[in-house]
Amino acid sequence: MSITRPLLDTPFIRRSNHLRTFITASWLGWQIESNWADPFLFAVYSIVRPVTSVLILVVMYSVITNGALQEPIFAYIYLGNALYILVGQVITGVSWSVIDDREHYRTLRQLYTTPMDGYSYLMGRGVARLIIGLISVLITIGFGMVAFQLPISIGTIDWLMLVISTVLGVLSLAAIGMVVGSLTLMLARHFWSLGDAISGALYLFTGAIFPLDVLPAWLRPIGFAFPVTYWLELARRAILGPNAAKFPTLSGFSDLELTGILAAITLALLVFSWFFYRWALHRAKENGIFDMETSY
Amino acid sequence: MLPAERVQKATGLRLFWYTIWARAYPRIIGSTREKSWLFFETVLPLMGTASYVFVYRAIGAPEAYTGFVVLGGAMTAFWLNVLWAMASQLYWDKDGGNLELYVVSPGPLMAILLGMAVGGVLMTATRAVIILVVCSLLFNVSYQIASLPLLILIFVTTMAALYGMGMMFASVFLAAGREAWHISNLLQEPIYLASGFYFPVKAMGFWIATFASVIPLTLGLDAMRQLIFAGDPTLGFLSVEAELLILLVLSVVFIYGAIKMLAKLEEIGRREGRLIERRR
Repeated sequence: MSITRPLLDTPFIRRSNHLRTFITASWLGWQIESNWADPFLFAVYSIVRPVTSVLILVVMYSVITNGALQEPIFAYIYLGNALYILVGQVITGVSWSVIDDREHYRTLRQLYTTPMDGYSYLMGRGVARLIIGLISVLITIGFGMVAFQLPISIGTIDWLMLVISTVLGVLSLAAIGMVVGSLTLMLARHFWSLGDAISGALYLFTGAIFPLDVLPAWLRPIGFAFPVTYWLELARRAILGPNAAKFPTLSGFSDLELTGILAAITLALLVFSWFFYRWALHRAKENGIFDMETSY
Repeated sequence: MLPAERVQKATGLRLFWYTIWARAYPRIIGSTREKSWLFFETVLPLMGTASYVFVYRAIGAPEAYTGFVVLGGAMTAFWLNVLWAMASQLYWDKDGGNLELYVVSPGPLMAILLGMAVGGVLMTATRAVIILVVCSLLFNVSYQIASLPLLILIFVTTMAALYGMGMMFASVFLAAGREAWHISNLLQEPIYLASGFYFPVKAMGFWIATFASVIPLTLGLDAMRQLIFAGDPTLGFLSVEAELLILLVLSVVFIYGAIKMLAKLEEIGRREGRLIERRR
C-alpha cells in the first residue's frame, strides 16, 4: 500500500471516491495476482503461456507452408494471436474478481459494507491482469520479431493510431468484463467458464487468427458487432503499416472510419455496463444471492 | 425407539470398490441431473476447435488436417479434465473442507482418486464425443479406421496412463497449495503445443516429440490419428504397436507412482499437521 499512498494523498484523487477505489483495487489486484510465487516463477508463468499459445499457430502454419513466414498472412495470424492475449486477460480479470471475492476469499459482503464504489472497484481489479497481459503481448511480439522476423520496424509504427485504438480496445474489453462480472453476481452455476466462453467466442468471430472472409458468410456479421474486430484491424495496420495483409471484409474501411466505429461501440458498451452493473447488483441483493457461496 | 439396523461393514477390496463408486457417483449422477453443463462444456471447446480449423482453411491446408484438429480438440477435454478435475481436485477438496471428511472416513484415498477418475472419464467422454460428432458434421470430416479393436485398446490404455498421471499430480498439486491453480493454467497451452494437439507431433522434431511422450496423450493422439486417418502412414511419430507398448509402460509407472506419492504425502501431511490445513 506504501506505493499507492502518495497517489491516494493527491488532493484531486482524495476527493474522488471513484479514483480512490480504482487505485486501491488496482493495487489489491496486483497483490493477489503476483504474490503467490517468487518473481522468477511469476515471470515464467506470465511468459510461457502466451508464447506457447502463439507457437501452436506457428507450427501449424509452418507444417502447411513449409515455413513461408515472410507471407503477410503469417504476420496477420501472429500479431492477432499476440494482441488477443489482452482480450482474455482484461475480460476475465474484471469478471473473476467477483468469483474471487465471493467464492474464494469470501470477502464480498465485507467489501460492500465499505464506502467504496463497486463499479470502480471491479474495473480496478482488472488492471493487474491488464498489466500482465500487456507485458505478455510485448514479449510475444518481441519474440516474433527476433525468432520469425516479423516485418515490424519500431520507426514505422503509427504510434498514435496504436495507442488510441488500444486504449479504446481495452476500455471496450473492460466494459465487456464488467457485464460478465455483473452477470456473475446473479449466477450460481457456470460462472467459472463465462469469461472464457465470451473470450472463446470472440476468438472465433473477430478474425483474431484468421481473416473474417474464411468464416461462412452467415457468421461474418457477428464479428462486426464486436469492438475487438476493429481494434485488432487498427492495431495490425498501425504496427505493420504497408506490410499488413488486406482482406475484403475490412479493407474497405479507412483508419478513421474504423476508429470512429470502435469509439462508438466502446462508449455504448461503457454506458451499458454501468447501468447493467447497477441493475445486476440490485437484483442480486434483492434475490438474496449477492454473497452466496455456491462451492460450485 | 426402533432398533438400529445392523450395517454390513465393507472392508478390504469391497471397501476399495465401494469407495470408488461412492466418489464417482456425484460426478456421474450430477452430470445427468443438471444438464446445463453440456452447453458450457461443449460450446466453448467447440469454438476453440473451430478457430483452429479456420486457420488451416485460411492457409490452404489439406482436408486431413481438419480431422487432426477435430480429434485434438476432442482430446483436449480429457487433458483439461485431468488438470482441473483430477490433479487440482484434492487441493480444492481441501479448500472446501471435503478432504478432512475423506481422511476421517474409512475409505482409502487412492480409491477416492480412482473414483474421481471413473466419474471424470464418463463425463468427459460425453463431452469429447459431442465435440467430435458436431465438428465432424460441421466440417465434413471423413474417417477411415484401420482397426477398431486396436483403436479402442489405444484409447483405453491412453486413458489409464493419463488418469494415472492425474492421480499422481493430485498429490503434487495438494502439496503445492494455492500454486496448484497456476500450475494447472501453465500446463495447458505448453502441453497442447508439445503433444501436438492440433498438428502431427512429428512436426515438433524427434527430441521434443520424445520428451513430450511422457504425456500419455502425445502418443495416444498420434496412434489414434494413424488409425483413424489411415490415408497417410508417414504422419506418425512411431509405429502404433510401439506407441501402445510405451503407453502400457506409462500406465504402470504412473499408477504405481500415484500410490507411492499419495501414501508419502498423507504421511508427511499427518506428521506435520498440514493435511487439512486451509490457507487463503
